[in-house]
Amino acid sequence: MKRLIPVIAFAALAVAAQVVSFAVGKEFCLTQLTMAVYYAIVVMGLCLLMGFAGQVSLGHGAFFAIGGYTSAVLTTSDFSRFEDSAWIAALKRAHVLYLKADLYGGEVLAATPWAAFLAAMAMTFFIACLIGYPALRLKGHYLAMATLGFGLIVYKMVLGSSITGSADGITGVPEWKLFFGLTVSGKSALRVQNYYIACAVALLLLVLLMNLVQSRVGRALQAIHDRETAAGAIGINTARYKLSAFVLSALIAAAAGVFLTHYNGGIGPSEASTLKSVRYVALAAAGGMGNPWGAALVSTIINFLSLRGWFGSYDNAVFGAALIVIISLAPQGPLKPLGLLIRRIIGGIRAPKRGGHATP
Amino acid sequence: MPLLEVQNITHRFGGLVALDKVGFLVAQGQIKSIIGPNGAGKTTLLNVISGLLPSGAGRITFKEKRINGLKPHQIARAGMSRTFQNPSLFLQMSVLENVMVGRHCRTRSGFSSCCLRLPGQIREEKRIREAAMEQIRYVGLEGLAEVEAGALGFGERRMVELARALATEPSLLLLDEPASGLNSRETEDLGEHIRRIAEKGITVLLVEHDMSLVMTVSDDILVLDNGARLAEGAPSVIQNNEEVIRVYLGSGFEHVASSRKP
Amino acid sequence: MVDASLILQYFLSGITKGSIYAVVAIGFNLIYSATGVLNFAQGEFVMLGGMVAVTLCLFVPLPVAVFVAVIVVALVGCALEIVFFRKLRHHSILHMIIITIGLSIVIQEVALHLWDEKVRSLPYFTGNEISSVRFFGAAVSPQVLWVLGTVTVMVVLLHLFLRYTARGRAMRACSSNAEAAMLAGINISNMRTLSFGLSAALGGLAGCVISPITMTHYEMGAPLAIKGFAAAILGGLGNPTAAVAGGLLIGVAEAFSVSQLPAAYSDVTTFILFLLALFIRPHGLFGSPSGEDVREV
Repeated sequence: MKRLIPVIAFAALAVAAQVVSFAVGKEFCLTQLTMAVYYAIVVMGLCLLMGFAGQVSLGHGAFFAIGGYTSAVLTTSDFSRFEDSAWIAALKRAHVLYLKADLYGGEVLAATPWAAFLAAMAMTFFIACLIGYPALRLKGHYLAMATLGFGLIVYKMVLGSSITGSADGITGVPEWKLFFGLTVSGKSALRVQNYYIACAVALLLLVLLMNLVQSRVGRALQAIHDRETAAGAIGINTARYKLSAFVLSALIAAAAGVFLTHYNGGIGPSEASTLKSVRYVALAAAGGMGNPWGAALVSTIINFLSLRGWFGSYDNAVFGAALIVIISLAPQGPLKPLGLLIRRIIGGIRAPKRGGHATP
Repeated sequence: MPLLEVQNITHRFGGLVALDKVGFLVAQGQIKSIIGPNGAGKTTLLNVISGLLPSGAGRITFKEKRINGLKPHQIARAGMSRTFQNPSLFLQMSVLENVMVGRHCRTRSGFSSCCLRLPGQIREEKRIREAAMEQIRYVGLEGLAEVEAGALGFGERRMVELARALATEPSLLLLDEPASGLNSRETEDLGEHIRRIAEKGITVLLVEHDMSLVMTVSDDILVLDNGARLAEGAPSVIQNNEEVIRVYLGSGFEHVASSRKP
Repeated sequence: MVDASLILQYFLSGITKGSIYAVVAIGFNLIYSATGVLNFAQGEFVMLGGMVAVTLCLFVPLPVAVFVAVIVVALVGCALEIVFFRKLRHHSILHMIIITIGLSIVIQEVALHLWDEKVRSLPYFTGNEISSVRFFGAAVSPQVLWVLGTVTVMVVLLHLFLRYTARGRAMRACSSNAEAAMLAGINISNMRTLSFGLSAALGGLAGCVISPITMTHYEMGAPLAIKGFAAAILGGLGNPTAAVAGGLLIGVAEAFSVSQLPAAYSDVTTFILFLLALFIRPHGLFGSPSGEDVREV
């Protein structure tokens, strides 16, 4: 089946990267690669918003942070002072809260990572709807500014609140036991496992996005991006779809935030900064805005290099410059010419002239 | 009951009155044309009816339900679809994809079923494809189904837009100057298409400048001048209406005065 | 009992900061009207003005440094327009937004590498850190008078320029109807470059005059851009005079919220107000609600 080809290619690439890193004796690179993959997940969600719904968001760092911070705060706070409350007792019985050992040998009543994850998703959903609903009625520039403003609000708030650890952020975030014995954790013994967990999550998302793109909803989003008035006139509820794309991309960013926070064992305010948000936009643009595979690939590579320190003190400048250069010269993304070639080989994701709808 | 009832529509652009208390009916199954000199407000009227512009104090009833104040997509769902003066295709998508978008308001798969490729969604996708291909065949463009819409010629884009509008299974089809930019052969073909569409039971409301098309194809004609209703009636009545003739100043009017519907 | 003179202090501090936001807002409006682009890098012009002047001050007297700095920043503005907006064909608003964002980041980083992350400032134009004059019953630094005075002069001169000079009228023609202006023989490209240059010059001068009070450092551009944009929106995009009102409003709101809330949250209040303004009344307090520029169809 033609559809499986990009999936297999991606999986092969992931395995190859891991094997190579072991072969050259640089297993620790897997750590940065894992982080890069999680950041790539944010970019994939942004791709949905920018490439398909045609909306630009300069606040996705904020959503990542909302996800990460919510789960960090809930899993590291001590709710035992409220132990007398009936609510808390009920949550404890429901295994939402549990007693865990803290650094000093005492006991702390904190939320379980799964419960924190769900809370983070709910929080993000609520906030994204709140911001998205009015913001998406605005045109291009204004939406960008609104999301920028929103991002700044979140940044300032996490920077300034003691609950979120102010400038130091939050540390001591516990591991997250998923299922089948898999655990999201920063322990070096689990490094390879976590690398594959990240890759699996990314791959799953890519498959879901690929399905979405080639469906009725994907076409609707593309139509909105292409010509919003005509899309509305033909029966597409543009406001609802734009909001859905926005909220979905926010949830994806927040989920990545939760995973990475458990992996790193903590989170800091820089994740909510404008610079981070701009990077995500730059990477989405660099990968070719409508192309989740391209976005995943490019963003993983560039983030990995950035995390390894390849760009030195010019890190931000590289992203800024890349943004300018790519958008000026190849607005559809530099991978398009490359992509056409790849498409011809693997049979096409969406390449109309080549008759390449991937058929069911 | 008339399919479409328009009452007392007024629209201003700044200080300019584009539509002045316009009202008319469209009966089920008929082909009705709106004509008038340039600037008479014809396209504005279509835009108000299809929900792209506000209707002011007036009232528009479609299938006995009030539609003024509804959003364009709600009106499309209700069974009214339209084409635009400049074909507004989704240029980055293929012809087939464009027409498949036309099926949107008649289908239901949401985000989850599309992401997960549930069996219901797969079946629906197949049906969408088939329905779209049917419309593409109907307008005679099946060879171009996989071509990117941006690569098409003007006449072809027109036809694709028509196919897309038909894919929504409309009860009422609004056509905005469908003959503009077409030569006389193409215009005749267009007239044939419109007749066949009406035979399928779809009511057609068209705005047009081309008198030969209007006279041959219409059951009923509404004449607008300066945003107001000037005359309304069958083609033979309109052709002999002195006011109408005066307003048009013989702009190609006489030579089609003898055209009759076959 | 609230201290009246304290309120006055806050108010004055507010309109001082606010007048800088006003200048940034005016710059936004100039560029937006002439080119349709919202220049995210607007705040960087202010930063550059201050930075360049500080460096030049080491070699030449202050007035010369400021003068040259303004020219330099104006040239930078023109260069940006020529390189990124004139020569390259852009496909959509989305792309142009992204480019100006990239530009703002690159300019910031260049500034970081040219000048490092230390905070700098120009010397006070008259007096020093501890001198003060009485102004409407409050004690303020003479620099505040410089800021208010300079911005007032800038706004008035701009207004006169746009209304009464041939070039200025040409610019206004471009912004209301570019095609007609072109047919009337106005060189649109030059007008666009001029709008960038003028915005940059205004921003640069503002950066010089505010430097002794708020310091200059490489990261100051972004928050200024947001607040300036908020001011432009409040006044109604495209309306330069109203932008001044918007800027002052924001400055005053900020000053009073600093007095009530912990410092970290004063920015938050401003941004929340901005978002509310954007959502509830996007055409601005003084704009007319046709909303065509702002809302989607």
